[in-house]
Amino acid sequence: MARAAGEIEALIALMARLPGLGPRSARRAVLHMLKKRGMVMEPLSQALARVAQTARDCRVCGNISDEEICPICADEKRATGTLCVVEDVSDLWALERAGGFKGRYHVLGGTLSALESIGPENLRIPQLVERIKAENLREVILALNATVEGQTTAHYIAETLAPTGVSVSALARGLPMGGELDYLDDGTIAAAMAARRAL
Amino acid sequence: MSLRLHRLTLSRFRSHPRVEAVFDGRPVVLHGANGAGKTNLLEAISLLSPGRGLRRAASEELGAQPADLGWKIEGEIARNGTLHELETGAAPGQSRVVRIDGKTSPQSGLGRLMPMLWLTPAMDRLWIEAAEGRRRFLDRLVLGFEPDHAEAAVGYEKAMRQRNKLLRDNVTDPRWYTALEARMAETGGVMTLNRQATLARLATAQSADSPFPQPELILADDTPADLAEALAESRGRDRQAGRTLVGPHRADLSALWAARGRPAAQCSTGEQKALLISTVLAHARALQAMVGHAPILLLDEVAAHLDDARRAALYDALCDLGAQAFLTGTGPELFTPLGNRAQTFRVSETAGDSQVTEEDLP
Ligand SMILES: Nc1ncnc2c1ncn2[C@@H]1O[C@H](COP(=O)(O)OP(=O)(O)O)[C@@H](O)[C@H]1O
Ligand SMILES: [Mg+2]
Ligand SMILES: [Zn+2]
Repeated sequence: MARAAGEIEALIALMARLPGLGPRSARRAVLHMLKKRGMVMEPLSQALARVAQTARDCRVCGNISDEEICPICADEKRATGTLCVVEDVSDLWALERAGGFKGRYHVLGGTLSALESIGPENLRIPQLVERIKAENLREVILALNATVEGQTTAHYIAETLAPTGVSVSALARGLPMGGELDYLDDGTIAAAMAARRAL
Repeated sequence: MSLRLHRLTLSRFRSHPRVEAVFDGRPVVLHGANGAGKTNLLEAISLLSPGRGLRRAASEELGAQPADLGWKIEGEIARNGTLHELETGAAPGQSRVVRIDGKTSPQSGLGRLMPMLWLTPAMDRLWIEAAEGRRRFLDRLVLGFEPDHAEAAVGYEKAMRQRNKLLRDNVTDPRWYTALEARMAETGGVMTLNRQATLARLATAQSADSPFPQPELILADDTPADLAEALAESRGRDRQAGRTLVGPHRADLSALWAARGRPAAQCSTGEQKALLISTVLAHARALQAMVGHAPILLLDEVAAHLDDARRAALYDALCDLGAQAFLTGTGPELFTPLGNRAQTFRVSETAGDSQVTEEDLP
């Protein structure tokens, strides 16, 4: 009995570490599942186990999906010659949700940070340079956050890509300072995308 | 046009378990014995502006000790007829959050709604101590006029810290430096312009017939016009030093007692204080002219060090400006010349708990 309670507590502690959940909401979620073990908990645990096995980082763009090559990179219609560079998978998903962008993506996986020892080689920037030639890209849109870190990274990439001759643009200002793409509403994202400016 | 803190509620903030005070817009007098909790109250108000408040304390120090149950400061302000609710606080072990009208906001939003300026006894040596304190005072003067100044200063600081780390790690990738230096040049340029514009505004707002000595304020800043280029050239030197040697983070504010041509650092302690007071009054006049209201002023123990004539002149100036000033002192007699022009509260302490009580003047 004491052992079972310990396992449940451990589950709550694991849940509480998820973004958007705290100790209280984690407890509520676990209790809900415990009451509906057959209807909710079983299917959820099977889905978690399955996805943990199948989920992959896309070899090309860094998106997360079930395949080695994500559906966006696999879709020939998305080979428009335009590539959108984002900091995180969450930004890619936010842009997809907003719709409107027809090309492919490149996920950096963060921003340059000397303080956190994150350099260009940790950000899939070399892979980006290779994709320019390999995929015959004409335009790169830097959809990075309007933070100091995001803008520094954008500047760095723009300079790194300069010798390739690809045209580089950035999302229009108007994204709030320190605002993260993921939290913006879809209309704002689409407007910023439409009003991008050359770097 | 006016700005006033209308209502202040403190919960478990330092020595104040609970305060609910309503202010009617007149200057506010807070008197009480040493240790009663007067400065704590001013500090609470100062936390309704961007930054770490007038003691620059860490959030963990602010909750009532010994129990760590979190703390909260709520202020209702009326600005040019519109009400806003400002709130800041921290749950136990959590970082500080700011809410404006119920929505989580960056701290810079506070500065936009409620410009504020303070003088504390710790600033008595401002003119003779390290430049850092003067820079901070200058930037707070700027913030009243240019609410975007906080964002520029924070952005500059962030980029510089990254650059300093590159210098210390001996990273040589020039593009990384260029990217950070571009951010520093952009934000640093805004900082310098804001500071210059502020000193120009203050110069025009000096009052010749004031009994306070008028300061001539000078921005000592050798930041080159093309900061990006200067930073690029300075990389070698900066690497030796392990930090950035050019830029607005090295600027200084100096003051002359204009009538005597004497640097503030060479004036008497009382004269130095008087120069600070007249700078604050010039700021209030300039802001009044610009946006129609003076800032909120927190004047901690300012009255005690003035002679009768200057004390009366300060009170008259505050009343003329319609500024909501919060003045502290150990006894009510310091504030006699204000009479009914001020609202008076007594601050007292029993067993470590402060209490704030409004007093009716006869
Ligand atoms: N976090 C805290 N919790 C409880 N009491 C505090 C805290 N920080 C400071 N104090 C107490 O507040 C009192 C000082 O209040 P202060 O406002 O500086 O006094 P004064 O009226 O002289 O300005 C001191 O007795 C100090 O110990
Ligand atoms: Mg005090
Ligand atoms: Zn992909």
